[in-house]
Amino acid sequence: MQHTDSPDKRVAVPGTKGSVKAPANASAPPETVHPTVDNDRPSATKLRLVGTVLALLRMGPLLILVILVVLLANLSPVFFTTLNLGNVLVQSAAIAILAIGQLLVILTRGIDLSVGSTLALSSVVGALVFAETGSAFPTIVAMLAAGAMIGALNGFGYVYGRLPHPFIVTLATLSIARGLALGLSGGQPISGMPDLVRTIGAGSATWIAPWIPNAAFLVAGVAILAILLLNRVVWGRWIYAVGGSPEGARRLGIPRSKVLVSVYILSGTLAGVAAIVTSGRLNAGSPTFGQLSELDAIAAVVIGGASFLGGRGKVSHALIGALMIGVIRNGMNLLNIEAFLQLIVIGVVIFIAVETDVIRGQLESRFRVLKAAAE
Amino acid sequence: MSGARVLTVTGATKRFGAVLALDHVSLHVDAGEVLAVLGDNGAGKSTLIKCISGVHKLDSGTIEVDGVHAQIHNPAVARHAGIETVYQDLALFDNLDSTANFFAGREEAVPSWLPLGMRWMRRTDMAKHSAEIVGRLKINLPQKVASVGMMSGGQRQAIAVARSAAFASRVVILDEPTAALGLRESRQVLDLILRLREEGVAVIVISHAMDHVMEIADRAIVMRRGRVVGEEEPTPENRNRLVSLIVGGDD
Ligand SMILES: Nc1ncnc2c1ncn2[C@@H]1O[C@H](COP(=O)(O)OP(=O)(O)O)[C@@H](O)[C@H]1O
Ligand SMILES: [Mg+2]
Repeated sequence: MQHTDSPDKRVAVPGTKGSVKAPANASAPPETVHPTVDNDRPSATKLRLVGTVLALLRMGPLLILVILVVLLANLSPVFFTTLNLGNVLVQSAAIAILAIGQLLVILTRGIDLSVGSTLALSSVVGALVFAETGSAFPTIVAMLAAGAMIGALNGFGYVYGRLPHPFIVTLATLSIARGLALGLSGGQPISGMPDLVRTIGAGSATWIAPWIPNAAFLVAGVAILAILLLNRVVWGRWIYAVGGSPEGARRLGIPRSKVLVSVYILSGTLAGVAAIVTSGRLNAGSPTFGQLSELDAIAAVVIGGASFLGGRGKVSHALIGALMIGVIRNGMNLLNIEAFLQLIVIGVVIFIAVETDVIRGQLESRFRVLKAAAE
Repeated sequence: MSGARVLTVTGATKRFGAVLALDHVSLHVDAGEVLAVLGDNGAGKSTLIKCISGVHKLDSGTIEVDGVHAQIHNPAVARHAGIETVYQDLALFDNLDSTANFFAGREEAVPSWLPLGMRWMRRTDMAKHSAEIVGRLKINLPQKVASVGMMSGGQRQAIAVARSAAFASRVVILDEPTAALGLRESRQVLDLILRLREEGVAVIVISHAMDHVMEIADRAIVMRRGRVVGEEEPTPENRNRLVSLIVGGDD
């Protein structure tokens, strides 16, 4: 692991073998290795075993997803048909988009409970604007704007209202947005969405593979943008920095407050994007859309191995998490498993995924110890 | 051996509620000079440097950089003015690798007409330049360790010090940089400080380690209960005087 090929033998090499035998170095984190004597040199087999288990666990969510798919393909003849896989993609699309937004927030140690309600409000606003204007462009703009507005409320409320935790402000907007959606719609679904929105939500890619829903391409597009933001754009680096150490970010001149506000606005806007998918699919706006989908989004991110302590998580993993939830729902519907059992199973999967991640973390430090001792 | 006056603090006063953490503190540092700030725990040393680096705002008093009055109301302003700080808690990002830590808040990115946050990072350039910095400062880091959180205490300290050393054009401030380190690791940090001095940077170092102060500092000031109570040359003859100033033996 440590490839320090010290060209300058004169200089002490802190932390690499050779120099770190001082037990006096009390500040070293516990996982740091102090290779002392050779008699506790572990066997290479043990190292290889831990390495293999780790490699498996690192694939964690992806591995579980593959196992699920193989299992369901064997249990249900329908599952692995293109028609059904298309269904899975459609049903997972909204959750996947919400999960990407949720990931941005969770990366900064936050949480956004309002996205399900925001989705509903955005769909109702869209349906009303379409009824008024009959045109796609203002409808889509209004839906995104409604999402961004709730997101801004969350961000500014949390940062400048100096609230102790975003849980509280997003819990408030969860209620407010749902209330607004109910009020604006009179409690009823409003049918009618622009063709463009319906094409996005209900259409499929007739030009390549007719079973792939357009919504899947939208998800892919959003995911690519999010990946570029997080890995290539400075702002994305700052999102990770603020999550890793909020105070450190401030001391280094990173605009912490703006970064925080921005992730809530992005999450809200993505709830508007998810509303386009849902409204398009069902050709309506409704105050009942998106109920509990904030929990699905959070579950997807957590299943994807993101840390609630902030600073750790990936878009691709959140997508796998969203897909896993979609596959479980779909598979259990195909197998006629009752709703209550579905809830229990999803809960158990969340637990297993998170526990797997914890074990992975522990094994990683164990692996480092073994490795360093073996060197 | 020291050059032009780089930093002047005059009458710095800072109150936290009932605690008067800084009481009319004045100091100055020149280019190529190492100033040691000594004092017991709670004397106000960390508060002083946090005010210079923009973490806290002074209640009253002035800071001049290169003879020009500087309004350092946040850390970005301080860094922009060429003042870099290694905080006692290091302010590292455990979830990021050493290159990302090096460039945090001042990433190399394009195009330059966009605000920094909106720019596209030049990741290979940053990796290359951080490797150069590490090489120039002769610190050794494991190349393939993903995140700083997995490095040893000494390596983390080295990254924090190197980050400041690499970017400081005028002043580097170090708050107890060797307190958590073993012998060899301390040696590295001390060598780094001496190298900064050679490069003409003004250095302020807070330390409890008298031997280190004797070795590297050109001047030493002593703080007690928020005030500067004395200044001595850190020579072996003055060692006892400095110690008694710190503990307040003449009260
Ligand atoms: N953020 C803060 N809020 C309130 N009191 C503080 C704060 N920072 C420091 N103090 C107080 O100011 C005094 C000086 O602290 P500090 O500057 O940390 O001392 P030193 O670094 O010399 O040990 C102490 O009494 C400390 O309790
Ligand atoms: Mg201190």
